[in-house]
Parts: sequence; C-alpha cells; structure tokens
Amino acid sequence: MSTVLAPRPFWSLAVLHARFQFLETVRIPIAVIGNLLFPSLALLFFVIPQRAVADDPGIATAAIAQLGVFAVMSTCLFSFGVGVSEDRALPFDPFLRTLPAGAGPRLVGRVLNGVLWSYLALVPLVLLGTFLTAATLTPGQAVAAIAMVPAVAVPFLLLGLAIGYRLSSKAAIAVVQATLFPLAFAGGLFLPPEAFPGWLDTLSKFLPSRAARDLAVQAVTGYEAYAGALVVILAWTAVFAALAVTAYRRDEGRRFH
Amino acid sequence: MTAVVELERVTRTFGAVTALDDVSVTVGEGELVGLLGPNGAGKTTLLSLVSGLRKADSGTVRLFGGDPRHASSRIALGTTPQETGLPPTLTVGEVVDLVARHYPAPMTRAEVLARFGLEELVARQTGGLSGGQKRRLAVALALVGRPRLVLLDEPTTGLDVEARHILWQALRDYHADGATVLLTSHYLEEIEALAERVVVIGGGRVLADDTLTSVLGLVGLRRVLFSVPRVDAVDLARLPGAASAQQGADGRWTVLASDADRVVRALVEQDVPFEGLEVRGASLEEAFLTLTQKKEEVVR
Repeated sequence: MSTVLAPRPFWSLAVLHARFQFLETVRIPIAVIGNLLFPSLALLFFVIPQRAVADDPGIATAAIAQLGVFAVMSTCLFSFGVGVSEDRALPFDPFLRTLPAGAGPRLVGRVLNGVLWSYLALVPLVLLGTFLTAATLTPGQAVAAIAMVPAVAVPFLLLGLAIGYRLSSKAAIAVVQATLFPLAFAGGLFLPPEAFPGWLDTLSKFLPSRAARDLAVQAVTGYEAYAGALVVILAWTAVFAALAVTAYRRDEGRRFH
Repeated sequence: MTAVVELERVTRTFGAVTALDDVSVTVGEGELVGLLGPNGAGKTTLLSLVSGLRKADSGTVRLFGGDPRHASSRIALGTTPQETGLPPTLTVGEVVDLVARHYPAPMTRAEVLARFGLEELVARQTGGLSGGQKRRLAVALALVGRPRLVLLDEPTTGLDVEARHILWQALRDYHADGATVLLTSHYLEEIEALAERVVVIGGGRVLADDTLTSVLGLVGLRRVLFSVPRVDAVDLARLPGAASAQQGADGRWTVLASDADRVVRALVEQDVPFEGLEVRGASLEEAFLTLTQKKEEVVR
C-alpha cells in the first residue's frame, strides 16, 4: 500500500490498442484485401479502359477521388461496424474493460487503426492512377487530399460505431452492405453525378456520400462542390455522432443481462 | 488491516432476478478467500461489481478504497478472461504484452511465461492452444501486472487433475508473495485446496462467512434415507446428529445429518421401525439448501 502507482498515459495505451488491432486485422488478410481490391478493380475495369476519362487529367483525378471516398467509406463501415460488433461478441472485450484503462484508449486506438487502413486502402488507387491515367496533383492538392481522408472518414466511422454497438455481428455485416452500396451509388462514387437523372442528382445532394465525394473532388481538382455540401456533411456527422452515442449507451445497459 | 475489497449492503438485480440481495463482505490485504455457491448464486455478479464491469443498484462497492469503475482504482487489480475469449490471431507473447503494458510495473514476458510453463508456446497463436493451455494463459494474464488483488472466476473448470494442481500451486505461490486472492468455484475440492476463508453465497445472499474448517463442517453433510410406516412418535429433524428431515413424494424420508452414525444409532435406540436404510454423501447443492433453510429459520 506504500507505493502510489499511476495509470499508464492515455496516448501510450491508445497507440498500444491501435497496434494490436492492426495486428489482428492484418492476420485475417482476406477482410482487408477485399477492401483494398474492390476500388482498384473498379478503377481498372470501368475507368482506365475509357480513354476519354483516363486521358483527361481533371476527369481522371475526379474519378480516382470518388473511388477513394468509396475506399475510405467501406473501410470505416467494415472495420467499425462489423469490427465493433464482432469484438462485443468476444468475452475478451469485458476482460479488457477490467484492466486499468477506460473505454477511451481502446476507442481511440480503433479510430487510429481505421484512419491508417483508410490511407492504406488509397495506396493501390493512387498507384494505378499515377501510372495508368493522366491524373495529376499539385503538391498543394496532395496535401489537401491527405487532410481530406480523416474528414471523410469521421462521419462514416461514427455510422459504423452506431451499427456496431447496436447490432450482432451477423446483422451488422448485412446492414453495412445494405448501407454501403446504395449510399455509394447514389452518392456518385461509381457513376459521376453528371450522369444522373435530375431527380437523383437532387436527392443525391442530401446524402453524406455525395457531399464527401464533391468535397474530395474539389480538394484535388478544383471543380467546385455544390453549395451546401459542407453543411450536409456536418449535419450527417452530427446525426451519426448522436446515433453512435445512443447505441453505445444502450449497449452498456443491455450487455449485462 | 486495510480493506482491499469492501461491499456494503450491495443489491444488484437483472430485470426480475435479484442476483445480489443486501450483501456485505470485506476482504483484507493478504487474504485468500473462496466464494462458494451453486451456479446462479451471484458469485460472478459479485466479481463483476468488484472489477468495475457492472454497477450496484444500491449499496457501495470499494476497491482499494476507490470506485472500481474508475480505471485508476483498478491499477492493482488482475482478472482472467474466459478461456474462449482470447483473440485467436494474436500470439501468446503478444497477448501477454498487450495486458502487461496496462500496468506500471509488470512482470517480464519471460517471468510470467515461466511461472505457468508457457515458454514454448510464446509464438503460438492463441487460437491454436488446447483448452488447458488457454486456461493457464488466462490465469497468467491475471498475474502479469503484479496485481495486489487477483479475481479468479472458476479458474480450473474443465481442467484435468494434473493441470489443476499446477495452477493451484502457481496461485499459492503468488499468494505467498503477499497478494490478496478472491476466487469463485462451485467445486468444494477447489475451495478446500486453496482458500483460508470461505464465503458461501446462495440465492444472492451470504449464507456463511467463516474459516475453511468451519464451513467444511457446515457443508459436510450426509443423507440418511429410509421408509417408516408412521413417525408421529419421533421428530426426525431433532434426532441427535440430524440437521433437517423431509418426506419425499415416494413416502421415503431423507434426513440430512452432520453425523450420520449418531442418527442411525438414535433411530435404533428409539425403536423407530425404519426399512430400507441408506446412507449417502450429500451433494454440495443439498448442503447449500440446508444452509438457506437454516438462515430463513433464524430470520423467522
């Protein structure tokens, strides 16, 4: 009783959890490879063969940016939505909560891990874009793109948490897939919004995926996002944050039955 | 003596079920306490309150004098994960490191692995361990942070005899170094092997809290079974050596006895016309039931 021991610092615990979550993810590579591969395949099969798109620096860069938004979105929804619900099913999770660390470091570790995987998901897209299309970035735009990744990641990460804390892992996989693809399509991540009929374009402007896409495209090409894109994404971020917090609190009450 | 764990009039319900009903228990520094009780008695709920996983509905729970729900109160607490709950893709060494780095002055990886004979498994993924190896690792994780209090929930359930004895020895050694240990079990044998003090819990209440020897006397009951045409002359429950008497649906009487020989002698002396006499060991479950009944009689 003589020695007073202080808990380990918050950030070293957060990094510790991020590291071990990274290890856990990387050892089941199929989950990650799916995430990394799909956007690159879409680029390879649907964008690169269309030389009118691939050879135009502006349009090619925009196409890569929208697939990049998709890559970040799917990484966040899968690693947070499905990952959190799988963790909750493991008895290791309550064990970790008895260690001298709050829920904070583990959650922050998950965020760090999600952002890291988002960057990794962009690597094949950037490589394909550089070597097989006319896409280009000025140094300023490259910095903007790097800064955009966490900004795009946060709302979808919160949505993932809301799903992961509310649903069992089987239900979470289904809900993530049912959310991801319609949001991506209607948000103009597969087909550019210019190809949309008028009603879909209008609807699309209220979606977080469309707002994220337009802001990302603006950051790397200078094509102006529609007015209100920033408001739409901030509003959705607030909604998803509220949903995530409610889901987390309900889970605390329900888990213990 | 400093209290390591203090529960004061703690009640915790889950919907309509009362898991703990007005429980008060204090565990002092350096004690080795066994929580004994049938499944569903409230043992696991009690541990989850002490480890900060759950919150009491009423009453107070203190861990080293603080609220166990604050991470800083858990700095000297070690618990075990359920063996099925280890992250399958991490190796034994990695899981040990992950847990160790939450503590200010943990054991080295080599030391903790040696204590539990896990040295050769350091690079093995936990998903590939046998049940006994997982169980040893689980207990190792409870000790790696050099906690002053170790909570163990059914630590050796499902282990073979040899593995059980190795684990018991490791726990005795750790306790001998000055740590406080609180373990649950529904095996009397495990409690007998380890505990110095025993708290018996049943139906969410503390039924007995005493030294190992006294509790063993309380629960070491035998069953005396027989049929009698009529018993109006004798009160079977008040026979010397008897604790309680009950007539089953088939008409046979069961006398729970702390001293079965004296009961049989008394039956003969008092000329009770019994038939088909049997004497059997009472199960722990039955022993708990008698304890519960006695408690209710006292309350009445």
